[in-house]
Amino acid sequence: MSKRSSWSIPYFIFMVVFVVLPLILIVMYAFQDGSGHFTLANVTRFFSDKDSLSTFALSIEVALENTLLCILLGYPAAWILANKDLNRSAVTVMLFIMPMWINALMRTLATAELFNVMGFTLGKGTLLFGMVYDYIPFMIYPIYNTLQKMDASYAEAAQDLGATPWQVFWKVTVPLSKPGIMSGVLMVFMPTVSTFAISEFLTNNKIKLFGTIIQENINSSMWNYGAALALIMLIIIGLSSFLGGNEQAEAEGGLI
Amino acid sequence: MKQDYIIDIQHLSKSFGGVKVLDDVSFYVRRGEFVTLLGPSGCGKTTLLRQIAGFIAPDEGQILLEGRDISGIPPYQRPLNTVFQRYALFPHLDVYDNIAFGLKLQKVPEKEIEKRVKKMLKLVSMTDYEDRSVESLSGGQQQRVAIARALVNYPKVLLLDEPLAALDLKMRKDMQLEIKEIHREMGITFIYVTHDQEEALTLSDTIVVLNEGRIQQIGTPTDIYNEPCNSFVADFIGESTILNGTMIRDRRVEFMGHGFDCVDEGFGENVPVDVVVRPEDVYIMNRLEGAQFSGTVKSCIFKGVHYEMFVETDTGYELMVQDYNAFEPGSQVGLLIRPDDIQVMRKERTCNTIEGIMADETHVEMLGATFECLPQEGLAAGDKVRATVNFKDVELLDHQEDGTLAGEVHFLIYKGNHYHLTVLTDDGDRLWVDTNDIWDKGDLVGINIAPAGIKLEKCDE
Amino acid sequence: MKKVLAKCYLWLLLAMLYAPLVFIAIFSFTESKVMGNWTGFSTKLYANLFTGNMNSGNGLISAVENTLIIALIAAAVSTIMGTIAAIGIYNLKGRKKQAMQFLNNIPMINPDIITGVSLFLLFVFLGVSQGYVTVVLAHITFCTPYVVLSVLPKLSQMNPNIYEAALDLGATPAQALRKVLVPELRPGMISGFILAFTMSLDDFAVTFFTRGTIGLDTLSTFIYTDARKGGLTPELRPLMTLIFLIVLILLVVINVRQEKAKKTVKSR
Repeated sequence: MSKRSSWSIPYFIFMVVFVVLPLILIVMYAFQDGSGHFTLANVTRFFSDKDSLSTFALSIEVALENTLLCILLGYPAAWILANKDLNRSAVTVMLFIMPMWINALMRTLATAELFNVMGFTLGKGTLLFGMVYDYIPFMIYPIYNTLQKMDASYAEAAQDLGATPWQVFWKVTVPLSKPGIMSGVLMVFMPTVSTFAISEFLTNNKIKLFGTIIQENINSSMWNYGAALALIMLIIIGLSSFLGGNEQAEAEGGLI
Repeated sequence: MKQDYIIDIQHLSKSFGGVKVLDDVSFYVRRGEFVTLLGPSGCGKTTLLRQIAGFIAPDEGQILLEGRDISGIPPYQRPLNTVFQRYALFPHLDVYDNIAFGLKLQKVPEKEIEKRVKKMLKLVSMTDYEDRSVESLSGGQQQRVAIARALVNYPKVLLLDEPLAALDLKMRKDMQLEIKEIHREMGITFIYVTHDQEEALTLSDTIVVLNEGRIQQIGTPTDIYNEPCNSFVADFIGESTILNGTMIRDRRVEFMGHGFDCVDEGFGENVPVDVVVRPEDVYIMNRLEGAQFSGTVKSCIFKGVHYEMFVETDTGYELMVQDYNAFEPGSQVGLLIRPDDIQVMRKERTCNTIEGIMADETHVEMLGATFECLPQEGLAAGDKVRATVNFKDVELLDHQEDGTLAGEVHFLIYKGNHYHLTVLTDDGDRLWVDTNDIWDKGDLVGINIAPAGIKLEKCDE
Repeated sequence: MKKVLAKCYLWLLLAMLYAPLVFIAIFSFTESKVMGNWTGFSTKLYANLFTGNMNSGNGLISAVENTLIIALIAAAVSTIMGTIAAIGIYNLKGRKKQAMQFLNNIPMINPDIITGVSLFLLFVFLGVSQGYVTVVLAHITFCTPYVVLSVLPKLSQMNPNIYEAALDLGATPAQALRKVLVPELRPGMISGFILAFTMSLDDFAVTFFTRGTIGLDTLSTFIYTDARKGGLTPELRPLMTLIFLIVLILLVVINVRQEKAKKTVKSR
């Protein structure tokens, strides 16, 4: 049996070349100038540039607001879907998950067009609204999954010990669904903080988010500064996934 | 007198999807008593407990707690607490917070909570475990915490749903003693659900034996063991041989082709009965003088303390015998059963009785199928009839499709020289069958009844 | 009462979620260039889409073809590599196993833009000219972890003795693999393939950064460029409607089949 552990070697090599090395390259390019010499200029440029900093702050703010809205709107939906007394239909669940399977760009485009036709001015409001549209299925699904798998005896035990339905919800159901919330947060926060096309569509390019600056720098061959910005985002992602635990993979893996 | 009942259950019935899980169950529990609901899986015992706890509403009947009907009260307002089968300890809370959960909801002062939690931890021998996460505990330790979490609220009644089922044998034995000790120390009424008859006999003041949603017998462990009231109870509790017999007159019963003195009275004369003989109550000896009957030892297995032997009697019955001495297989032995070790039970039925309708002169519709029968005078198509079929006239077949009816072996008892089976038909009717063939519980069978085996009688309505 | 409220909430949310899609679907049946401007019922856009007769040239058609081909290749390669890797990882022990699982998680946690930029830098660093091949490689990179994750649980559910039982009964290791292991893992491989396929279909950012400058377009990048140009190709509307319908039908079919499977298991 132990010989078959060697089957992981080709994948290991592949991952080193296509995942680890590229990440090292981001760090490398971030600390180099155009001619390949070591420099801190790219990083200091970010911290001294007011525009970059405010875009960065706005990105974080939008991502946080979007995540919060998705939780507030998505948790009740997930709870209702997982509650056997209120919903028995697998089709309703499927309808909530289905948008996840459709190209995000397409959905965003459709949303933006709808806003346009309805006469909304594209701006921060439409950006948030559109992002909630785009990402709420990613919040509902993992929460629904943990709620649905949750052993009913926990809620019963709490009731048995004197908790009213409201207390059961806050003291048992919500704490126990934390893994689902966390992976929902990761599945919503990360893409929102890094998106570029979606924000461009939803604000008609009026509001720039952090992802857009990275994209613009890379596309205009400013690789080193682009890499530095990517590194900063990587650190944010690393921190938030470290804080949020490692449940994202688990929740996404159970998609089918 | 009624004042003494802390729980009084009256005519409780419950169905799930058309299947009756509990059927007119009534019993009471005295204050401070340790009552066990005992029965095989699917007998309705857990449903009953969950109705008392308030998780399921009864279809019919009442649950009185200290004389007050609590059927409409939600579980969180009932002064009862439950120890769940798989503990249901909250994984997001540590041991202390799990136990304090109920007290915190009641807004008990923090100091008081701490005092009571510590006391409970001591009671279940889990002192110093307050800060541990519940997932780091062993099964037995989790069980203790679950008990502490329920008891810390000083419930009027503690409900325990198979609390030891997930533990290994050694741990189970230890916990049984501890639960008994906790019951004694706290003085709280316990209602305990289990399928383990030994556990029930060890722990309880009173045992309620349930089967198929009905109470079979209520009594003390000694009563239930020594005087089972029907063949189900006799078979379920302890080892026993159940035999067909005939009550010849008061204090005289015949079975296995021999006459025996017994202590039972009031059955009438020449009435068919079931006789229960416990294997430890059969005296076995090398000589034949002084014996009531003789037999040949077929097998002998050492069981740790005693030997378990199967003896074929001179009249062709197989009898289980337990003794401290071993008897070689093949050896001739004398056997004796004392009068007060013979338990005589009234038979629940002596044949199958089925309602049906005549389809034509030679066919009767019953049990959801059409059976051929012998033509009988005075019966015409459309007449309502009552059919009686002897146990041995029902024929079971290996393949469901070969029978007039399809069914499943639901329950079986070995009666010394044949098997007595309860067969559940696909429509949910029950048939009782005597057979020499060996079947297992859960076997899918085809069912046939020979025309000559169906005796018809017109039903007047 | 509670039930009615709950249902209302769900349907309100669904209505909001689907409004844009329904909006697109409605306006796929009119010829107008701009959406929101109903110029009468017409199926001309559908006809255009199928005949490839569009004002904007056949960029859309080739984008669709590229998207499908890339997704098929990426999903197929990912499924094979991911399954082999999963068997390897399953048989690893201790730190090595943890390290591989961690490595496997990186592409899933990484936002698309990071994967895209980092792979872009890799290809620049290695001096590889970017195009079809780099896009496919990039897609394999972010798809394979999902296959690994779909197959691993099947391995741990599997009775570890069945492989040995096959050997014991005279199967060579290759036969045991083919006749026992693969059938056991097949459900995981299939769901891994589907997951990889849809991940690849949905991707925008990674393709965007690794497609180079040869004018290679997938549906996503086509939409992006198209939208930035301002005028949205009208034929996108019927295309989106069709994709929407196909996904809906597929999911319904999968769902109904799962429900049926569950029911037959229950009634046994």
